[in-house]
Amino acid sequence: MTLSTFFQHALTGISLGGAYALIAIGYTMVYGILRLINFAHGDIFIFSMASLPWQIAIPLVCILTVALGVLVEKSAYKPLRSAPRMSIMISAIGVSYLLQNLATYLFTALPRAYPEIPFLKKIFQIGPVSASLVTFITPILTLLLVIALLFLINHTKFGMAIRAVSKDFETAQLMGIRLNNTISLTFVIGSFLAAIGSILYFTDRMSVTPFSGTLPGLKCFVAAVLGGIGSIPGAVVGGFVIGICETYLVAMGYSTFSDAFTFILLIIILLFRPTGLFGEKNIDKV
Amino acid sequence: MEKNNILTIEDLYVSYGGIQAVKGINLTVPEGEIVTLIGANGAGKSTILRTIAGLVKSEKGKITYRNEEITGKATNEIVDLGITLVPEGRRVFPDLTVLENLKIGGYRRKDDLSKDIEWIYELFPILKERSWQLAGTLSGGEQQMLAVGRALMSRPKLIMMDEPSLGLAPLIVHGIMDIIKTINKQGVTILLVEQNANLALKIAHTGYVCETGTITLHGSGKELLENESVKAAYLGKARK
Repeated sequence: MTLSTFFQHALTGISLGGAYALIAIGYTMVYGILRLINFAHGDIFIFSMASLPWQIAIPLVCILTVALGVLVEKSAYKPLRSAPRMSIMISAIGVSYLLQNLATYLFTALPRAYPEIPFLKKIFQIGPVSASLVTFITPILTLLLVIALLFLINHTKFGMAIRAVSKDFETAQLMGIRLNNTISLTFVIGSFLAAIGSILYFTDRMSVTPFSGTLPGLKCFVAAVLGGIGSIPGAVVGGFVIGICETYLVAMGYSTFSDAFTFILLIIILLFRPTGLFGEKNIDKV
Repeated sequence: MEKNNILTIEDLYVSYGGIQAVKGINLTVPEGEIVTLIGANGAGKSTILRTIAGLVKSEKGKITYRNEEITGKATNEIVDLGITLVPEGRRVFPDLTVLENLKIGGYRRKDDLSKDIEWIYELFPILKERSWQLAGTLSGGEQQMLAVGRALMSRPKLIMMDEPSLGLAPLIVHGIMDIIKTINKQGVTILLVEQNANLALKIAHTGYVCETGTITLHGSGKELLENESVKAAYLGKARK
């Protein structure tokens, strides 16, 4: 591998990792607040299937993804809030299949072209490395969004409410925090980031099907576990690690194994460091 | 002397986890007083407080706060009205700093909190020293102070405290009781649930004895301290 191809793959990997990171944040935030693996998270951006000009598609995907994320929370998770955790998890798996099949019904299972965003596809050349604009933009946009998110969580009243609810539902309520609003806000943020992540992810791909979200969704879940589920910086690091590793595996000719690698990584983490890189030590509620 | 009642509970029934925990209690809290609710474990004392705070829904009965019915209101509305609960086991937010815990106590307020924070630091100087520490690193007594301080941040008219002495060393418990008296003198009405009946009755104006979901006795703190059956059951003193 020459130096220039090395950099070329590094750039591709970082870019893919950025998209993964944005989607992984949604898993980690929802887990942080509800102790739930939101299996439907990889399926909420199905409306990106609707073939529309990009000027409409981008805002529409963001709005519909957020709306769907919140709707899933209100209809499938909220009624089960006091039920055992396993029930809500099963509900999440059910919602995931429901969304995939709903999308199949609405858009058929045939691959469709992803809305073409011409300016993102423009090829740029920096030194020996050339890539489309989206490849350069993704990591930058990811970092900006993560910084904004960390500011929101650590330095605003809303963020304080999210952190309080994550720790203790009841005491948070006693402070006058509205539980339902705070949980919905978490889903809004997670879904919005997933919408951006999905746009960045799919722009580099030719087509989408109703099942296109499943595999990246699962990989982002692994990224969240790798970083330590519940930790936002962890999800970001996990997303980048998986994106970069996957790209180099493909570059070295092991593309068949690149998906397998992600899941082997999951097994290894769960065996040797189940709390991930930055995970909380005690994940049970006090 | 007739005083205004800040809180009135009439014929309250609450079921909790399939068990009827509160069976038709009546209770009044006069404005400006310390009222204590004593009784054994599982008598329903905590459930009464949790129902007032809106964490648990009642089956039947009426809770009135300053002539306004608050039965069934959401917790955040009740906080807005000026009622707050210091929960059993303190429940400070362990990975928020001391200062953040205080700020979150004033979550519903839109005005400036700095004066209130200063006031809390005057009441509990140790919290000022620990301001930037995570609440989880405080000792039990300090956490209890923080929990009380956090509750005061919403500028309540009525503070309910659930077992503030639980798990604390005797010396610290006395400190906490002094603080309760101090807060009361500043005009905050207090409804105190305690298993440590002796201490609670000593500082309370009025006391209620709660047994298996009903009120069996009530009177002034002094009367109850001298009551033979209270002595036998809760104060560990044998009947003469």
